[in-house]
Amino acid sequence: MELNDFVENFAAQLENEEGVTITPETNFRDLAEWDSLVALSIIAMVDEKYNTKLTGDEIRASHTISDLYEKLKSKVA
Amino acid sequence: MGNFSVSGVALKGIAACVPKQTEFNKDYPYLAEADISKLIEATGIEQRRVAPKDICSSDMCGAAAEKLIAELNWDAATIDVLIFVSQTPDYILPNTAPLLQHKLGLSKTAMAFDMTLGCSGYVYGLSVLAGIMKTSGFKKGLLLAGETAARIVSPKDKSAMPLFGDAGSATALELQDDAPAMHFGLGTDGSGYKTIIIPDGGARNVVTEESLKPHTVSEGIERNNCQLVLEGMDVFSFGITTVPKAVSSFMEHFSLQQENVDHFIFHQANMMMNKMIAKKLKLPLEKVPFSLKEFGNTSSATIPLTIVTELKGQLQNKKTSMVQCGFGVGLSWGTVYIETNDPVIPDLIEL
Repeated sequence: MELNDFVENFAAQLENEEGVTITPETNFRDLAEWDSLVALSIIAMVDEKYNTKLTGDEIRASHTISDLYEKLKSKVA
Repeated sequence: MGNFSVSGVALKGIAACVPKQTEFNKDYPYLAEADISKLIEATGIEQRRVAPKDICSSDMCGAAAEKLIAELNWDAATIDVLIFVSQTPDYILPNTAPLLQHKLGLSKTAMAFDMTLGCSGYVYGLSVLAGIMKTSGFKKGLLLAGETAARIVSPKDKSAMPLFGDAGSATALELQDDAPAMHFGLGTDGSGYKTIIIPDGGARNVVTEESLKPHTVSEGIERNNCQLVLEGMDVFSFGITTVPKAVSSFMEHFSLQQENVDHFIFHQANMMMNKMIAKKLKLPLEKVPFSLKEFGNTSSATIPLTIVTELKGQLQNKKTSMVQCGFGVGLSWGTVYIETNDPVIPDLIEL
Protein backbone atom coordinates (compact mmCIF):
# COMPACT_ATOMS: atom_id res chain seq x y z
CA MET A 1 0.00 0.00 0.00
CA GLU A 2 1.50 3.27 -1.19
CA LEU A 3 0.66 6.83 -0.23
CA ASN A 4 0.98 8.03 -3.80
CA ASP A 5 -1.49 5.44 -5.06
CA PHE A 6 -3.89 6.41 -2.35
CA VAL A 7 -3.66 10.10 -3.26
CA GLU A 8 -4.29 9.16 -6.87
CA ASN A 9 -7.29 7.03 -5.97
CA PHE A 10 -8.59 9.82 -3.77
CA ALA A 11 -8.16 12.40 -6.54
CA ALA A 12 -10.02 10.14 -8.96
CA GLN A 13 -13.16 10.63 -6.87
CA LEU A 14 -13.02 14.38 -7.41
CA GLU A 15 -13.91 16.36 -10.46
CA ASN A 16 -10.80 18.07 -11.74
CA GLU A 17 -10.94 21.51 -10.34
CA GLU A 18 -8.85 23.92 -12.32
CA GLY A 19 -5.61 25.02 -10.67
CA VAL A 20 -5.97 22.55 -7.82
CA THR A 21 -3.32 19.88 -7.39
CA ILE A 22 -4.10 17.08 -4.99
CA THR A 23 -1.16 16.15 -2.76
CA PRO A 24 -0.81 14.15 0.45
CA GLU A 25 -0.93 17.43 2.33
CA THR A 26 -4.14 18.64 0.71
CA ASN A 27 -6.69 19.47 3.33
CA PHE A 28 -9.59 17.76 1.60
CA ARG A 29 -12.19 19.46 3.71
CA ASP A 30 -11.15 22.80 2.21
CA LEU A 31 -11.78 21.66 -1.36
CA ALA A 32 -14.68 23.52 -2.91
CA GLU A 33 -16.35 20.33 -4.05
CA TRP A 34 -15.92 18.39 -0.79
CA ASP A 35 -19.30 17.31 0.53
CA SER A 36 -20.99 14.29 2.03
CA LEU A 37 -21.52 12.70 -1.37
CA VAL A 38 -17.82 12.88 -2.21
CA ALA A 39 -17.19 11.34 1.22
CA LEU A 40 -19.41 8.41 0.20
CA SER A 41 -17.40 7.85 -2.95
CA ILE A 42 -14.20 7.87 -0.87
CA ILE A 43 -15.73 5.19 1.39
CA ALA A 44 -16.70 3.20 -1.70
CA MET A 45 -13.21 3.59 -3.20
CA VAL A 46 -11.53 2.40 0.03
CA ASP A 47 -13.87 -0.57 0.18
CA GLU A 48 -13.20 -1.49 -3.44
CA LYS A 49 -9.45 -0.90 -3.64
CA TYR A 50 -8.37 -1.71 -0.08
CA ASN A 51 -11.16 -4.01 1.07
CA THR A 52 -11.44 -1.94 4.25
CA LYS A 53 -14.34 -0.26 5.98
CA LEU A 54 -13.82 3.45 6.59
CA THR A 55 -16.06 5.05 9.22
CA GLY A 56 -17.55 8.53 9.37
CA ASP A 57 -15.54 9.22 12.53
CA GLU A 58 -12.29 8.38 10.76
CA ILE A 59 -13.10 10.78 7.95
CA ARG A 60 -14.20 13.47 10.38
CA ALA A 61 -10.99 13.05 12.41
CA SER A 62 -8.77 13.45 9.34
CA HIS A 63 -7.73 16.71 7.80
CA THR A 64 -5.23 15.87 5.09
CA ILE A 65 -5.29 12.96 2.68
CA SER A 66 -2.16 11.72 4.39
CA ASP A 67 -4.06 11.62 7.75
CA LEU A 68 -6.67 9.41 6.17
CA TYR A 69 -4.01 7.23 4.61
CA GLU A 70 -2.39 6.64 8.02
CA LYS A 71 -5.74 5.59 9.49
CA LEU A 72 -6.33 3.24 6.63
CA LYS A 73 -2.82 1.82 6.88
CA SER A 74 -3.24 1.02 10.56
CA LYS A 75 -6.43 -0.90 9.74
CA VAL A 76 -5.03 -2.81 6.80
CA ALA A 77 -1.84 -3.78 8.63
CA MET B 1 -25.87 -18.29 12.71
CA GLY B 2 -29.24 -16.67 12.15
CA ASN B 3 -30.23 -19.07 9.36
CA PHE B 4 -33.39 -21.16 9.41
CA SER B 5 -36.18 -22.39 7.16
CA VAL B 6 -39.95 -22.58 7.46
CA SER B 7 -41.89 -24.83 5.11
CA GLY B 8 -45.62 -25.24 4.68
CA VAL B 9 -46.40 -21.51 4.80
CA ALA B 10 -47.36 -19.80 1.52
CA LEU B 11 -47.26 -16.14 0.58
CA LYS B 12 -50.76 -15.50 -0.80
CA GLY B 13 -50.69 -11.79 -1.52
CA ILE B 14 -49.05 -8.39 -1.13
CA ALA B 15 -50.62 -4.91 -1.19
CA ALA B 16 -49.13 -1.46 -0.74
CA CYS B 17 -50.53 1.98 -0.04
CA VAL B 18 -48.99 5.46 -0.32
CA PRO B 19 -50.33 8.94 0.39
CA LYS B 20 -51.41 10.97 -2.66
CA GLN B 21 -49.38 13.98 -1.65
CA THR B 22 -46.10 14.10 -3.58
CA GLU B 23 -42.98 16.10 -2.78
CA PHE B 24 -40.34 16.67 -5.44
CA ASN B 25 -36.71 16.76 -4.42
CA LYS B 26 -35.98 19.35 -7.09
CA ASP B 27 -38.10 21.72 -5.03
CA TYR B 28 -36.27 21.01 -1.75
CA PRO B 29 -35.87 24.53 -0.39
CA TYR B 30 -32.81 24.16 1.79
CA LEU B 31 -30.22 23.29 -0.83
CA ALA B 32 -28.70 25.15 -3.78
CA GLU B 33 -29.87 23.99 -7.20
CA ALA B 34 -26.52 22.44 -8.19
CA ASP B 35 -26.37 20.52 -4.92
CA ILE B 36 -29.89 19.23 -5.42
CA SER B 37 -29.02 17.84 -8.86
CA LYS B 38 -26.01 16.06 -7.40
CA LEU B 39 -28.10 14.71 -4.57
CA ILE B 40 -30.81 13.43 -6.91
CA GLU B 41 -28.23 11.82 -9.15
CA ALA B 42 -26.45 10.06 -6.28
CA THR B 43 -29.55 8.95 -4.38
CA GLY B 44 -31.73 8.27 -7.41
CA ILE B 45 -34.66 9.74 -5.48
CA GLU B 46 -36.72 12.26 -7.47
CA GLN B 47 -39.97 12.29 -5.56
CA ARG B 48 -41.47 11.04 -2.33
CA ARG B 49 -44.98 10.54 -1.01
CA VAL B 50 -45.60 12.37 2.22
CA ALA B 51 -48.62 11.69 4.41
CA PRO B 52 -50.67 14.61 5.72
CA LYS B 53 -50.91 14.87 9.51
CA ASP B 54 -54.10 12.85 9.75
CA ILE B 55 -52.69 9.75 8.03
CA CYS B 56 -50.55 7.39 10.08
CA SER B 57 -48.60 4.27 9.13
CA SER B 58 -51.49 2.22 10.48
CA ASP B 59 -53.96 3.94 8.14
CA MET B 60 -51.92 3.07 5.07
CA CYS B 61 -51.34 -0.49 6.32
CA GLY B 62 -55.03 -0.79 7.15
CA ALA B 63 -56.08 0.35 3.67
CA ALA B 64 -53.64 -2.11 2.09
CA ALA B 65 -54.94 -4.91 4.31
CA GLU B 66 -58.62 -4.22 3.55
CA LYS B 67 -57.97 -4.35 -0.18
CA LEU B 68 -55.87 -7.48 0.11
CA ILE B 69 -58.39 -9.30 2.30
CA ALA B 70 -61.14 -8.42 -0.19
CA GLU B 71 -59.18 -9.56 -3.26
CA LEU B 72 -58.14 -12.78 -1.51
CA ASN B 73 -61.79 -13.40 -0.62
CA TRP B 74 -60.73 -13.94 2.97
CA ASP B 75 -63.08 -13.51 5.89
CA ALA B 76 -61.24 -11.16 8.27
CA ALA B 77 -62.66 -13.07 11.22
CA THR B 78 -60.63 -16.13 10.20
CA ILE B 79 -57.26 -14.36 10.44
CA ASP B 80 -55.49 -15.72 13.50
CA VAL B 81 -52.46 -13.48 13.77
CA LEU B 82 -51.54 -9.91 12.85
CA ILE B 83 -48.09 -8.36 13.19
CA PHE B 84 -47.56 -4.64 12.71
CA VAL B 85 -43.99 -3.63 11.90
CA SER B 86 -43.30 0.07 12.33
CA GLN B 87 -41.28 2.70 14.16
CA THR B 88 -44.07 5.21 13.76
CA PRO B 89 -46.93 3.67 15.75
CA ASP B 90 -50.12 5.63 16.45
CA TYR B 91 -49.28 5.97 20.15
CA ILE B 92 -46.35 5.30 22.46
CA LEU B 93 -48.75 2.80 23.95
CA PRO B 94 -50.83 0.73 23.35
CA ASN B 95 -49.33 -1.25 20.47
CA THR B 96 -50.94 -0.35 17.16
CA ALA B 97 -51.70 -3.98 16.19
CA PRO B 98 -54.77 -4.13 18.49
CA LEU B 99 -56.18 -1.00 16.81
CA LEU B 100 -55.74 -2.71 13.46
CA GLN B 101 -57.26 -5.96 14.75
CA HIS B 102 -60.36 -3.98 15.67
CA LYS B 103 -60.44 -1.82 12.55
CA LEU B 104 -60.05 -4.77 10.19
CA GLY B 105 -62.60 -6.89 12.03
CA LEU B 106 -60.32 -9.67 13.21
CA SER B 107 -61.59 -11.97 15.90
CA LYS B 108 -60.94 -11.24 19.58
CA THR B 109 -59.10 -14.54 19.73
CA ALA B 110 -56.52 -13.23 17.23
CA MET B 111 -52.93 -12.74 18.27
CA ALA B 112 -51.79 -9.18 17.48
CA PHE B 113 -48.63 -7.30 18.37
CA ASP B 114 -46.09 -4.76 17.11
CA MET B 115 -42.48 -5.20 16.12
CA THR B 116 -40.34 -2.07 16.26
CA LEU B 117 -37.92 -2.46 13.40
CA GLY B 118 -37.18 -0.33 10.36
CA CYS B 119 -35.48 -1.24 7.13
CA SER B 120 -34.92 -4.88 8.10
CA GLY B 121 -38.44 -5.11 9.54
CA TYR B 122 -40.24 -6.65 6.60
CA VAL B 123 -37.97 -9.68 6.41
CA TYR B 124 -37.87 -9.99 10.21
CA GLY B 125 -41.64 -9.76 10.31
CA LEU B 126 -42.03 -12.45 7.67
CA SER B 127 -39.74 -14.74 9.66
CA VAL B 128 -41.65 -14.24 12.92
CA LEU B 129 -45.07 -14.57 11.30
CA ALA B 130 -44.17 -17.69 9.32
CA GLY B 131 -42.53 -19.21 12.40
CA ILE B 132 -45.55 -18.55 14.61
CA MET B 133 -47.98 -19.97 12.04
CA LYS B 134 -45.88 -23.07 11.53
CA THR B 135 -45.59 -23.86 15.24
CA SER B 136 -49.10 -22.80 16.30
CA GLY B 137 -51.05 -24.14 13.36
CA PHE B 138 -52.67 -20.70 12.86
CA LYS B 139 -54.00 -20.85 9.31
CA LYS B 140 -54.02 -17.24 8.20
CA GLY B 141 -51.70 -14.40 9.13
CA LEU B 142 -51.15 -10.78 8.17
CA LEU B 143 -47.92 -8.84 8.19
CA LEU B 144 -48.49 -5.10 8.09
CA ALA B 145 -45.31 -3.06 7.60
CA GLY B 146 -45.33 0.69 7.20
CA GLU B 147 -43.76 3.97 8.15
CA THR B 148 -44.38 7.68 8.06
CA ALA B 149 -40.63 8.13 7.81
CA ALA B 150 -40.90 11.66 6.44
CA ARG B 151 -42.69 12.71 9.64
CA ILE B 152 -39.82 11.89 11.98
CA VAL B 153 -37.19 13.77 10.00
CA SER B 154 -36.35 17.46 10.31
CA PRO B 155 -37.38 19.30 7.12
CA LYS B 156 -34.16 21.29 7.49
CA ASP B 157 -31.93 18.20 7.51
CA LYS B 158 -30.47 17.83 4.02
CA SER B 159 -28.81 14.57 5.03
CA ALA B 160 -32.15 12.87 5.65
CA MET B 161 -35.23 14.78 4.48
CA PRO B 162 -34.73 14.24 0.73
CA LEU B 163 -34.41 10.50 1.27
CA PHE B 164 -37.56 9.50 3.11
CA GLY B 165 -41.13 8.88 2.04
CA ASP B 166 -44.22 7.34 3.63
CA ALA B 167 -45.91 4.04 2.77
CA GLY B 168 -47.76 1.10 4.22
CA SER B 169 -48.09 -2.53 3.16
CA ALA B 170 -49.94 -5.74 3.87
CA THR B 171 -48.73 -9.28 3.21
CA ALA B 172 -50.89 -12.38 3.62
CA LEU B 173 -49.50 -15.77 4.63
CA GLU B 174 -51.44 -19.01 4.79
CA LEU B 175 -50.63 -22.52 5.99
CA GLN B 176 -50.43 -24.79 2.99
CA ASP B 177 -48.90 -28.27 3.22
CA ASP B 178 -47.19 -28.19 -0.15
CA ALA B 179 -45.76 -24.65 0.16
CA PRO B 180 -42.01 -24.62 -0.52
CA ALA B 181 -39.66 -23.60 2.27
CA MET B 182 -38.92 -19.98 3.01
CA HIS B 183 -35.29 -19.58 3.99
CA PHE B 184 -34.24 -16.85 6.39
CA GLY B 185 -30.90 -15.32 7.33
CA LEU B 186 -31.03 -12.67 10.05
CA GLY B 187 -28.31 -10.52 11.59
CA THR B 188 -27.77 -7.79 14.16
CA ASP B 189 -24.99 -5.42 15.20
CA GLY B 190 -26.16 -3.27 18.09
CA SER B 191 -22.75 -1.62 18.38
CA GLY B 192 -24.03 0.59 15.57
CA TYR B 193 -27.20 1.68 17.38
CA LYS B 194 -26.28 5.35 17.09
CA THR B 195 -25.93 5.21 13.31
CA ILE B 196 -29.67 5.74 12.81
CA ILE B 197 -31.37 7.02 15.94
CA ILE B 198 -33.95 9.36 17.42
CA PRO B 199 -32.14 10.26 20.64
CA ASP B 200 -34.99 11.63 22.80
CA GLY B 201 -38.52 10.52 23.53
CA GLY B 202 -37.85 7.01 24.79
CA ALA B 203 -37.26 6.08 28.41
CA ARG B 204 -33.46 6.57 28.15
CA ASN B 205 -33.82 10.26 27.34
CA VAL B 206 -37.32 11.39 28.17
CA VAL B 207 -38.60 14.46 26.36
CA THR B 208 -37.67 17.74 27.99
CA GLU B 209 -37.99 21.29 26.77
CA GLU B 210 -34.43 20.96 25.53
CA SER B 211 -35.38 17.99 23.31
CA LEU B 212 -37.50 20.20 21.10
CA LYS B 213 -34.98 22.98 20.56
CA PRO B 214 -33.59 22.91 17.02
CA HIS B 215 -29.80 22.97 16.81
CA THR B 216 -27.45 23.22 13.86
CA VAL B 217 -25.32 20.10 13.51
CA SER B 218 -23.46 21.32 10.45
CA GLU B 219 -24.26 23.31 7.35
CA GLY B 220 -27.66 22.27 6.04
CA ILE B 221 -28.42 20.05 8.99
CA GLU B 222 -30.73 21.50 11.61
CA ARG B 223 -32.86 19.28 13.82
CA ASN B 224 -34.04 18.66 17.36
CA ASN B 225 -33.43 15.59 19.49
CA CYS B 226 -36.83 14.09 18.76
CA GLN B 227 -35.93 13.91 15.08
CA LEU B 228 -34.00 11.32 13.14
CA VAL B 229 -30.21 11.29 13.12
CA LEU B 230 -28.77 9.55 10.08
CA GLU B 231 -25.00 9.13 10.03
CA GLY B 232 -24.89 8.82 6.26
CA MET B 233 -21.24 7.83 5.95
CA ASP B 234 -21.57 5.01 8.47
CA VAL B 235 -24.83 3.76 7.00
CA PHE B 236 -23.20 3.70 3.60
CA SER B 237 -20.14 1.90 4.89
CA PHE B 238 -22.37 -0.68 6.62
CA GLY B 239 -24.54 -1.11 3.55
CA ILE B 240 -21.78 -1.77 1.05
CA THR B 241 -19.82 -4.15 3.29
CA THR B 242 -22.26 -6.06 5.51
CA VAL B 243 -25.10 -6.51 3.03
CA PRO B 244 -23.19 -8.17 0.16
CA LYS B 245 -21.45 -10.44 2.66
CA ALA B 246 -24.74 -11.37 4.33
CA VAL B 247 -26.43 -12.16 1.02
CA SER B 248 -23.49 -14.20 -0.30
CA SER B 249 -23.21 -16.31 2.82
CA PHE B 250 -27.00 -16.73 2.84
CA MET B 251 -26.96 -18.00 -0.75
CA GLU B 252 -24.10 -20.32 0.06
CA HIS B 253 -25.71 -21.65 3.24
CA PHE B 254 -28.91 -22.60 1.44
CA SER B 255 -27.10 -23.71 -1.75
CA LEU B 256 -28.97 -21.14 -3.82
CA GLN B 257 -27.71 -20.27 -7.27
CA GLN B 258 -28.07 -16.72 -8.45
CA GLU B 259 -29.23 -17.82 -11.90
CA ASN B 260 -32.10 -19.79 -10.36
CA VAL B 261 -33.49 -16.77 -8.50
CA ASP B 262 -35.81 -14.57 -10.56
CA HIS B 263 -35.69 -11.35 -8.54
CA PHE B 264 -33.47 -9.76 -5.92
CA ILE B 265 -35.39 -7.13 -4.00
CA PHE B 266 -33.36 -4.91 -1.74
CA HIS B 267 -34.43 -2.35 0.78
CA GLN B 268 -34.48 0.94 -1.12
CA ALA B 269 -31.85 3.05 0.65
CA ASN B 270 -30.26 5.08 -2.11
CA MET B 271 -29.17 4.35 -5.65
CA MET B 272 -25.46 4.73 -5.02
CA MET B 273 -25.53 2.22 -2.17
CA ASN B 274 -27.94 -0.19 -3.84
CA LYS B 275 -26.02 -0.26 -7.12
CA MET B 276 -22.81 -0.90 -5.24
CA ILE B 277 -24.44 -3.80 -3.37
CA ALA B 278 -25.73 -5.28 -6.63
CA LYS B 279 -22.33 -4.84 -8.25
CA LYS B 280 -20.49 -6.55 -5.41
CA LEU B 281 -22.91 -9.47 -5.64
CA LYS B 282 -22.45 -9.47 -9.44
CA LEU B 283 -26.21 -9.31 -9.94
CA PRO B 284 -27.56 -8.37 -13.35
CA LEU B 285 -29.49 -5.13 -12.85
CA GLU B 286 -32.58 -6.50 -14.64
CA LYS B 287 -33.05 -8.82 -11.66
CA VAL B 288 -32.84 -5.92 -9.22
CA PRO B 289 -35.93 -3.68 -9.30
CA PHE B 290 -35.91 -0.14 -7.91
CA SER B 291 -38.80 1.97 -6.70
CA LEU B 292 -36.83 4.68 -4.96
CA LYS B 293 -36.96 7.14 -7.83
CA GLU B 294 -40.66 7.71 -7.16
CA PHE B 295 -41.02 6.78 -3.50
CA GLY B 296 -37.65 7.17 -1.76
CA ASN B 297 -36.83 5.22 1.37
CA THR B 298 -40.02 4.12 3.11
CA SER B 299 -38.29 2.00 5.77
CA SER B 300 -39.95 -1.40 6.34
CA ALA B 301 -42.34 -0.79 3.43
CA THR B 302 -39.73 -0.58 0.65
CA ILE B 303 -39.66 -4.29 -0.21
CA PRO B 304 -43.44 -4.84 -0.53
CA LEU B 305 -43.82 -1.43 -2.22
CA THR B 306 -41.17 -2.37 -4.80
CA ILE B 307 -42.90 -5.70 -5.43
CA VAL B 308 -46.28 -4.01 -5.99
CA THR B 309 -44.99 -1.18 -8.18
CA GLU B 310 -42.22 -2.92 -10.13
CA LEU B 311 -42.94 -6.67 -10.18
CA LYS B 312 -46.72 -7.11 -10.11
CA GLY B 313 -46.93 -8.29 -13.73
CA GLN B 314 -43.94 -10.57 -13.39
CA LEU B 315 -45.22 -12.36 -10.30
CA GLN B 316 -48.85 -12.89 -11.26
CA ASN B 317 -50.04 -16.05 -13.02
CA LYS B 318 -46.82 -17.93 -12.48
CA LYS B 319 -44.31 -19.39 -10.08
CA THR B 320 -41.37 -17.17 -9.24
CA SER B 321 -38.54 -17.09 -6.75
CA MET B 322 -37.18 -14.08 -4.93
CA VAL B 323 -34.45 -13.11 -2.57
CA GLN B 324 -35.35 -10.09 -0.45
CA CYS B 325 -32.93 -8.26 1.79
CA GLY B 326 -33.68 -5.47 4.27
CA PHE B 327 -30.92 -3.63 6.15
CA GLY B 328 -30.51 -0.57 8.32
CA VAL B 329 -31.51 0.86 11.69
CA GLY B 330 -30.38 -1.33 14.59
CA LEU B 331 -28.11 -2.08 12.96
CA SER B 332 -30.15 -4.98 11.72
CA TRP B 333 -30.45 -6.96 8.51
CA GLY B 334 -32.44 -9.87 7.17
CA THR B 335 -32.53 -11.91 3.98
CA VAL B 336 -35.28 -14.26 2.81
CA TYR B 337 -35.64 -16.65 -0.10
CA ILE B 338 -39.25 -17.17 -1.00
CA GLU B 339 -41.14 -18.83 -3.84
CA THR B 340 -44.55 -17.56 -4.83
CA ASN B 341 -47.26 -19.04 -7.02
CA ASP B 342 -49.55 -16.43 -8.56
CA PRO B 343 -49.93 -14.20 -5.51
CA VAL B 344 -52.74 -11.67 -5.31
CA ILE B 345 -51.29 -8.19 -5.86
CA PRO B 346 -53.82 -5.35 -5.92
CA ASP B 347 -52.86 -2.14 -7.73
CA LEU B 348 -51.06 0.42 -5.62
CA ILE B 349 -53.53 2.16 -3.32
CA GLU B 350 -53.41 5.93 -2.86
CA LEU B 351 -54.83 7.58 0.22
